Amino acid sequence: MADTLERVRKIIVDRLNVDPSEVTLEAGIKEDLGADSLDVVDLIMELEDEFEMSIEDEDAEKITTVGDIVEYINKNK
Amino acid sequence: MLTGKVAVVTGGSRGIGRAVAITLAQAGADVAIFYAGNRAAAEQTIAEIEKAGRKGLALQVDVSMAEQVESAMKEVMASFGRIDILVNNAGITRDNLLMRMKEEEWDQVIDTNLKGVFLCTKAVTRTMMKQRSGRIINISSVVGVMGNPGQANYVAAKAGVIGLTKTTAKELASRGITVNAVAPGFIETDMTAVLEEDLKQQMLGAIPLGRFGSAQDVAEAVKFLASDASAYITGQTIHVDGGMVTS
Ligand SMILES: NC(=O)c1ccc[n+]([C@@H]2O[C@H](COP(=O)([O-])OP(=O)(O)OC[C@H]3O[C@@H](n4cnc5c(N)ncnc54)[C@H](OP(=O)(O)O)[C@@H]3O)[C@@H](O)[C@H]2O)c1
Repeated sequence: MADTLERVRKIIVDRLNVDPSEVTLEAGIKEDLGADSLDVVDLIMELEDEFEMSIEDEDAEKITTVGDIVEYINKNK
Repeated sequence: MLTGKVAVVTGGSRGIGRAVAITLAQAGADVAIFYAGNRAAAEQTIAEIEKAGRKGLALQVDVSMAEQVESAMKEVMASFGRIDILVNNAGITRDNLLMRMKEEEWDQVIDTNLKGVFLCTKAVTRTMMKQRSGRIINISSVVGVMGNPGQANYVAAKAGVIGLTKTTAKELASRGITVNAVAPGFIETDMTAVLEEDLKQQMLGAIPLGRFGSAQDVAEAVKFLASDASAYITGQTIHVDGGMVTS
């Protein structure tokens, strides 16, 4: 879990230009971290590469917080 | 000018698409072409691309079929490793007066000329977004701006392409991808060879520059939009029509 969060955090910090401390499990990707819908698509693509998995659109739509991402990855990888 | 770039040109076997494919190759790009069924013509285009010293790849793809388009783009990626330029050029006509137009004539033209642009664009956006750069050039038509009796299906599709161009440009701008349309006027290709002589003469009278266009005239505009020289232009329609439409 911790390791997944670290890797996700790195990508988010990179893509969204936010401070690492802002990337908590509770943080909303759009609301708190300021991503727009294209950023989210971008982020998902990056995560797919990093974790070598594919995230279906229907699943991607349900992801709203950093915690959702970490949970999804841990469940599906 | 385009050295190291990879281009996909739909409808690259004949006419405008062939001229575009060869011109991009001469500017340094490797080029994949999609064609509907005319293998011999496609191979001729590939021979010209190779004569320019670049790599060519011909794929038989119906641009209106999502699965075919997706697997073809994957094949291009497997062969060339990237896609920098997409030219949505494949197009057909099924002319008829609106009141006589069959539903299938409407559907065929909308599917190839409009839906095909959507599907091919969608299939490259992921690649271009990751690259943080890309050039998408859609071939519309002067009649998409002016209207033309007997071409309700074609005009609707070509006007649709202009709207699609503007929206895609806005959606993808932040990722370094530009999207523009080229609207040719009357260009001498197989598509226009079938028109009757007196209709051609009548059309000639409506062209201020006093001649029909060549496929090369269109290809030069596409080459500009595909190059770094056009980096600050997006969402636009460039008219290559001898002055038929002025804005
Ligand atoms: N000629 C003009 O005056 C003029 C004016 C304005 C706009 N345009 C536009 O410019 C574009 C090219 O026109 P053109 O005159 O060069 O036409 P063309 O000579 O008739 O060539 C059409 C090309 O499109 C391909 N194609 C047709 N349906 C396809 C499909 N479903 N999937 C994949 N490829 C398909 C053909 O492949 P095959 O060779 O295998 O059949 C061919 O390469 C079209 O979009 C047309 O609407 C032309």
